[in-house]
Amino acid sequence: MTPKNSLAAAHIGVAVAAFAVASAMGVLQGLSIADIEFPQRSESFYYMSVTAHGVLMALVFTTFFIMGLGYAFAQACLGRIKGRGLAWFAFWLALVGSTAAAVTILRGQSTVLYTFYPPLQAHPLFYIGATLLIVGSWIWGGVIIASFRSWRRDHPGVPAPLAIHGTIANIIIWYLATAGLAMEVLFMLIPWSLGWVETIDPMVARILFWWFGHPLVYFWLLPAYVLWYTVLPKVAGGRLFSDSLGRMVFILFVLLSTPVGFHHQFSDPGISAGWKFTHTITTFAILYPSFVTAFTVIASLEVAGRMKGARGLFNWIGKLPWGDPFFAAIALAMIAFTFGGFGGAINAAYAMNSMVHNTAWIMGHFHITLGTTAALSFMGGAYWLLPRILGRELRFRGLARLQPYLWFAGMSLFSISYHIAGLRGLPRRVYSATLTGEYGGDWQGLTVIAAVGGTILFLSALSFSIVVLATWTSGRRIDPPAFELAVALKPATSLGIWDRFGLWTIVAIVLVALAYAYPLITLLMHPRFGSPPYQPF
Amino acid sequence: MSVELYERIWMWAAGALIAVFIGVISVTSALQAVQPPSHIETVDPTALASHAEFAEPAVKTNPDGSVVVSVVAEMFVFRPDPIEVPVGKPVTFRLTSGDVIHGFQVVGTNANAMAVPGYVSQFTVTFKTPGEHLIACNEYCGLAHHNMVGKIIVK
Repeated sequence: MTPKNSLAAAHIGVAVAAFAVASAMGVLQGLSIADIEFPQRSESFYYMSVTAHGVLMALVFTTFFIMGLGYAFAQACLGRIKGRGLAWFAFWLALVGSTAAAVTILRGQSTVLYTFYPPLQAHPLFYIGATLLIVGSWIWGGVIIASFRSWRRDHPGVPAPLAIHGTIANIIIWYLATAGLAMEVLFMLIPWSLGWVETIDPMVARILFWWFGHPLVYFWLLPAYVLWYTVLPKVAGGRLFSDSLGRMVFILFVLLSTPVGFHHQFSDPGISAGWKFTHTITTFAILYPSFVTAFTVIASLEVAGRMKGARGLFNWIGKLPWGDPFFAAIALAMIAFTFGGFGGAINAAYAMNSMVHNTAWIMGHFHITLGTTAALSFMGGAYWLLPRILGRELRFRGLARLQPYLWFAGMSLFSISYHIAGLRGLPRRVYSATLTGEYGGDWQGLTVIAAVGGTILFLSALSFSIVVLATWTSGRRIDPPAFELAVALKPATSLGIWDRFGLWTIVAIVLVALAYAYPLITLLMHPRFGSPPYQPF
Repeated sequence: MSVELYERIWMWAAGALIAVFIGVISVTSALQAVQPPSHIETVDPTALASHAEFAEPAVKTNPDGSVVVSVVAEMFVFRPDPIEVPVGKPVTFRLTSGDVIHGFQVVGTNANAMAVPGYVSQFTVTFKTPGEHLIACNEYCGLAHHNMVGKIIVK
């Protein structure tokens, strides 16, 4: 029996609350784009809701969930959380910051979308609140690393449990990524929003944002991969196929996550073609660890099916626990990622990117990657985690079983429609797909299908929120089940090259410097003109 | 690190696939000059009204027949509008913004660039067939973002 973990639970609770609000915002956007009327529909509500949905989903839901999962694994795998008081301080800091930012968004004072590109200017509390969230997450990373070092002193020469290995790798990615964001927010956006400086350079800010913005997606993906590698094979009743390749995968993400940001800026001025090309190569390279993951995780599931007696080529698939809410959520998240990954390869090829850049295709793309691969993994993770950290049995198990399938169905309608609409030219983030009221013949029907998908997604999100709330408040009290993680076919017994976090961190810093120093310095040396602030909302 | 045979085959195959991706984009980049629009030129966004080129953005034809189109994107219009360009000739767009970041997407083509205040985006397109295209702003720029459209007439 493991003790309850209120620190982890508090983080998961905030994550789910943010998710619930954000999903309500999401469905209303889907209706608005399809030009379906509802009472609150207006331009200002629509663009506010895009901002709220993006910030709450991409920054608040994910960061809090990842922090909670990290604390849960630290407690379960290391038997300790060093600096619990500091961890609670970080929780409140992040919560106060997120709430402050959210209030300015909901009041319509920060309708700048989650990318907050200047010279659009939000309320100063938007930037300051976001900073507190990030500072909270930095402290979280420090607490986990301190716990790991303490464990290491007691276990010299023993490889870290794989879940911890992935978590530490993710913390390194997060520190590298948020360095760019910190430069943008602390040195540019906050002084400018407080009126201390009059103008801002939008290109420098954009480059720093995407320094952060792409590794951000790996910050979401790695915790999902940790669940896939360490929990999924166990729930499926099998073994982890390869422990050492899991470690290699996590380290490859540490190296390659950050030096890729220009693939979001193929259409931007101010960056030379050669540097865009360089980031294209690194973007293709980062497909590799995901290809390896696909094999290892699916092979682990085949092992599970065969241990249950499956014989033929494919009938092990039928032996898997498709009725388990955790398993279903993760398996569907993995299926989504096969499509999302190839979509990502298309986006990385800049010639094709110019057909889809900033169109609805991109919305379709990141809703099957972030919105399904990561988010559905987190929902499944919550079903698995809650009994273990709350000491309560999952309520409404039937609803929890159905929910991942609802999500997958809704997302298929939503994502496929927007992919096609984007290819036909529907620009992203529009209040109405008819634009001025005179366009949209090529894509209006598709946006209606996407709205139906969005409605199904909302029902799924509602089901998830109800299961979590009911479990939390009225789940039957039980002894918390153990954190049983998958045993590898060949467990790692000694420290290897992929366990050397210090070495790989240095290599990663060098790669980030190589990818960004020259293009940034070139731009900074160029005569540049700043922009005054605008608040057209 | 011992890796099982099938997984080893998969890893080589995945590496080969990525090598093909990188090879294709390298060859087209080097031999056919297929490259993303990349141009480093700055302009004062607060002084466009007195700028030689962007005060009155327009379509200009060079003596050699090539065409340069200067475009200013501003809340919530593109200037000039409509833009008339010849069919089958290289058309170089020079694009900037007078306020926030906008997008310039010629729907149905691969002409797609960001209009960033303080910077000039430049790219060249050849329209192969006559007709009309919608220009849509594809970067959120304020409450009338979806109303920000323009027209290109190719003839």
